[in-house]
Amino acid sequence: MKIADKERIISNILLLTALSSIGALALITVFIFVEGLPVILKTGIFDFIFGMKWKPAKGIFSIFPMIAGSFAVMAGAMMVSVPFALCCSIYLAEFAGDTARKFIKPAIELLAGIPSVVYGFIGVTVLVPFVKNYIGGNGFSVLSCSLVLGVMVLPTITSISFDALRAVPASYREGALALGATRWQAVKMAVVPAAGSGIIAAVILGMGRAIGETMAVIMIAGNSLIIPLSPLDPVRTLTSNIALEMGYASGAHRQALFATGVVLFIIIMGLNVLATRIINRAVK
Amino acid sequence: MNARAEEKLAVNILRFSASAAIAILLFIIAYVTYKGAGSLTLEFIFDAPRDMGREGGIFPAILSTLYLAALSTLIATPLGVGTAIYLTEYTTEGLTTKIVRFGSDCLAGVPSIIFGLFGFVLFVIYLKLGWCLLSGALTMSFMILPTIIRTSEEAIKSVPYELREASFSLGATRWQTVTKIVLPEAVPGIVTGVILGVGRAISETAAVIFTAGSALTAPESILESGRTLAVHFYIMAREGISMDKAFATALVLIIFILIINVITYTLMNKLIARKKA
Repeated sequence: MKIADKERIISNILLLTALSSIGALALITVFIFVEGLPVILKTGIFDFIFGMKWKPAKGIFSIFPMIAGSFAVMAGAMMVSVPFALCCSIYLAEFAGDTARKFIKPAIELLAGIPSVVYGFIGVTVLVPFVKNYIGGNGFSVLSCSLVLGVMVLPTITSISFDALRAVPASYREGALALGATRWQAVKMAVVPAAGSGIIAAVILGMGRAIGETMAVIMIAGNSLIIPLSPLDPVRTLTSNIALEMGYASGAHRQALFATGVVLFIIIMGLNVLATRIINRAVK
Repeated sequence: MNARAEEKLAVNILRFSASAAIAILLFIIAYVTYKGAGSLTLEFIFDAPRDMGREGGIFPAILSTLYLAALSTLIATPLGVGTAIYLTEYTTEGLTTKIVRFGSDCLAGVPSIIFGLFGFVLFVIYLKLGWCLLSGALTMSFMILPTIIRTSEEAIKSVPYELREASFSLGATRWQTVTKIVLPEAVPGIVTGVILGVGRAISETAAVIFTAGSALTAPESILESGRTLAVHFYIMAREGISMDKAFATALVLIIFILIINVITYTLMNKLIARKKA
């Protein structure tokens, strides 16, 4: 075989492997939609999304309480995580010494490595009783869930914002310092605004993580089918609805869980695409 | 408030936040160690569970976990490294690379429960594999693919261009250059990605429980169901089977994760040191 032929074959094989990730994404989309769409279309898109009743035994499938639940815990998690993560990333990128950074950065990244079931379990054994005894409600609540999710998405937001802050040219800092600003003023007025789009992308990806998290949420959220009106109310999210009932669902019920997955998938993909757009625009 | 005082206050708040993050991590590790260390014995590690896990150990779960991690990285690594080679060595930035990157980025953001649903319907039902380690590993390999692509790409990019030029000037083909020059240099970075993938496979629950199932027996082939450590821990904790054993299982999980993080951290540092040199 000629060398050129061999090279062309290799190149084509590599191209095939390179298409594996987009292929996987396409497969996932197709299978989730094929399984889930019939129920959505049968119920009607509007009724499926905005209806209040989820009664699998009667074949009634509407998921508004879970959509509200997912967004409630996501919003709560962001309230915890965004300020926390921003402080961590600004400290790491702008103020920490090399030694401190070498120690703190991997430690925060390690938080992302802790399995979500472990977060869930610690939430149940430590946080839920704490909320119940000192704040109110029965502990299984939007509040407990938000606190745990806030810690879980901390590494995502911190490390992406860190990269964004690091990418700000040194001249921004030097310019501000030369004008007599303190280091904090330079960070606040020049560096953080310059890293703004990267930080926003980090927050959006964090939102996706929070909405997509499953195991910890099942264990802490209480899973009641109501629209949470107070932070102490229990809540069921889109993800926990799927994971809770998947074990025993069949027929139309199972398809309805895939339909829940379709809505979850669309929300998450929307957030991902938004974040990627923002990052790409910032790079240009 | 003058600027100096404001700066002092701000830096203190920032430092406090970073310390709080560390404190949370240390608390998690300390709490699981404190609650789990009492039941973590050699018998616990090497015994089979009895009475749904109330008695005995977790050896079958450790086996299932290792099989699943090994199998999923075995599937994902060639695909991921192949993708990285294609992106860095065989093409220039254009529509194809854009599509590949989009696919990889989006795949990285797909929540694990969606992978679980997908793996269940494709592998368990449609391909009739049933709940088994192979279904679990195929699902997990999709999940860890983006990590392996990203780390391998960075590793390959960090290989100095002069090495390739030297190789080409000796008459080597592109493929010879890749396999004999570039890949050996990029191994530490690729290994980092693979180990990160192992870490995800070990700690994953939602995607595994619906694809690999939760059989308590030690799997004898990849076509049998197996319960990984994370799944075992989840079932024990959720059904309140045994809190002591659940914590001990969590401790084993955390020890695995710590070891994995130490290895990747050391490899990364070596890589960074080489880049600077």
